[in-house]
Amino acid sequence: MPVVALRGVHAELGARPVLRGVDLAVRRGEVVALLGANGSGKSTAIRTLIGQVPATAGTVELFGTPRHRFRAWARVGYVPQRAGAAGGVPATVAETVASGRLARTRFGPFRAADRAAVHRALGLVGLADRAKDTVTALSGGQQQRVLIARALVSEPELLVMDEPLAGVDLASQEVLATTLRQLVASGASVLLVLHELGPLEPLIDRAVVLRDGRVVHDGPPPRTADGSLPYGHEHHHPHAGDGADSRGLPIR
Amino acid sequence: MNLLDYDFMRRALLAAVLVGITAPAIGIHLVQRRQPLMGDGIGHVAMTGVGLGFLLHSSPVWMATAVSVLGAVLMELIRWYGKARGDIALAMLFYGGMAGGVMLVNLTPNGSNANLGSYLFGSLTTVSPADITAISILAGFVILVTLGLRRQLFAVAHDEEFARVTGLPVRALNLLTAVTAAVTVTVSMRVVGLILVSALMVVPVAAAQQLTRSFRATFVLATVIGVAVALGGTTASFYQDVPPGATIVLLAIGVFVLLTALAAPLARRRARAAAAAVSPEAAPLAERAIPAARSTADGVGA
Repeated sequence: MPVVALRGVHAELGARPVLRGVDLAVRRGEVVALLGANGSGKSTAIRTLIGQVPATAGTVELFGTPRHRFRAWARVGYVPQRAGAAGGVPATVAETVASGRLARTRFGPFRAADRAAVHRALGLVGLADRAKDTVTALSGGQQQRVLIARALVSEPELLVMDEPLAGVDLASQEVLATTLRQLVASGASVLLVLHELGPLEPLIDRAVVLRDGRVVHDGPPPRTADGSLPYGHEHHHPHAGDGADSRGLPIR
Repeated sequence: MNLLDYDFMRRALLAAVLVGITAPAIGIHLVQRRQPLMGDGIGHVAMTGVGLGFLLHSSPVWMATAVSVLGAVLMELIRWYGKARGDIALAMLFYGGMAGGVMLVNLTPNGSNANLGSYLFGSLTTVSPADITAISILAGFVILVTLGLRRQLFAVAHDEEFARVTGLPVRALNLLTAVTAAVTVTVSMRVVGLILVSALMVVPVAAAQQLTRSFRATFVLATVIGVAVALGGTTASFYQDVPPGATIVLLAIGVFVLLTALAAPLARRRARAAAAAVSPEAAPLAERAIPAARSTADGVGA
């Protein structure tokens, strides 16, 4: 039974069709990268999975349950695409991460075990000593790590991440790669939207490439014409604007 | 001349304390989700409720509560379904609410917009014992919601998309925030007035966050500021015969300016401390990540 299953999914933003029959499966313990140019529908596919964008046709399943009947949200950790991690009022790193724990506590009390989980999740992303700092005092990469800790604090079996490397410094990219490796070693599954594989490349089991809302590749991470991997470790630039296609992906 | 010798002043001061707590307590969530002017919109809609109360000879406080709760629910529905044209729909709601209030008061036999004035700008002498009962019940509801559900409301206001994936009932919590804001408007209208209600929801929060780094500290400091300016303004209004709502809001803005001036050197000191802490940080990250990982890994595998 796949952890994530999208079958023939169509979705629209406004009246514009963005997904035109996407099939996507993530099996237990797998790390799947969702690649594609800007506007290819990869973020929409993720947002359809979590229910933020409704699917107009097709089926979406999480852990074998249709999404609209799925309730075990503590099994899913989600890292949204985000320029900043801040709202209109200051919040500390620990406060932000604690809201991820609501997947387990729901409307019940927040106990010592929950506080310990927050501390553990911050340790995982190397920010345990920043728990009491306000989120906006952190760098972009550290803020991204806060959002990842918020997703991990419910101890999920599936981690869904939308562009976790966008605007992330090299040190944070490596922390993220280490965190993912540990998570995968423990049997968790990962689905992540990427525009470059970067330091995560060795972790990726399978890549799904979208173009114009359709899957055009589903298999090993794509290679360039000369046979080298399109994403060398020297490509760590944090700018999202240049798109994946500039590195020779067969997506345009 | 002791202000506690007067029954109406005891009622006004009690109302001021309740307003000082409840307005920032719900206002912080409106600021958090970057809708600080929502209270202003609800205040406009509540005017129709006050007008209805006059016309039907029932309590304007309860009528205003009913109408503003309805208006707040409508505002949330417009936010969900309105998309691009939502702003126009909200404008219709706000100005329709205000115009409706003025019209209903004029339709009331021997009613005049002078009666409406005390609801628009607040008035101490008109807080009746029945008003105090209503205000206390409504304030109790607001305090119960904002304290009891603070983590859930924080999560939804902070990041709606993420909150949905934690399985929280995001729409119900958004509706509850709107309804609570509407109730707070009617709690506050006798003391601060409908026109200035929104200021007491937003300004103490803005003032508090000049100094604070956490949501919890902002919440506590904003309510302390709210109570202080509400009591201060009510007292000043008794001795100097100035309108309470305006005095309270000007005091709150004064506190904002003062804390902003104090915050600048504090921010510089924090920035220096942060800069000193950053340099030795990068190297041991990977080591620190490993022992902590094991315990979480156990949980994940289970």
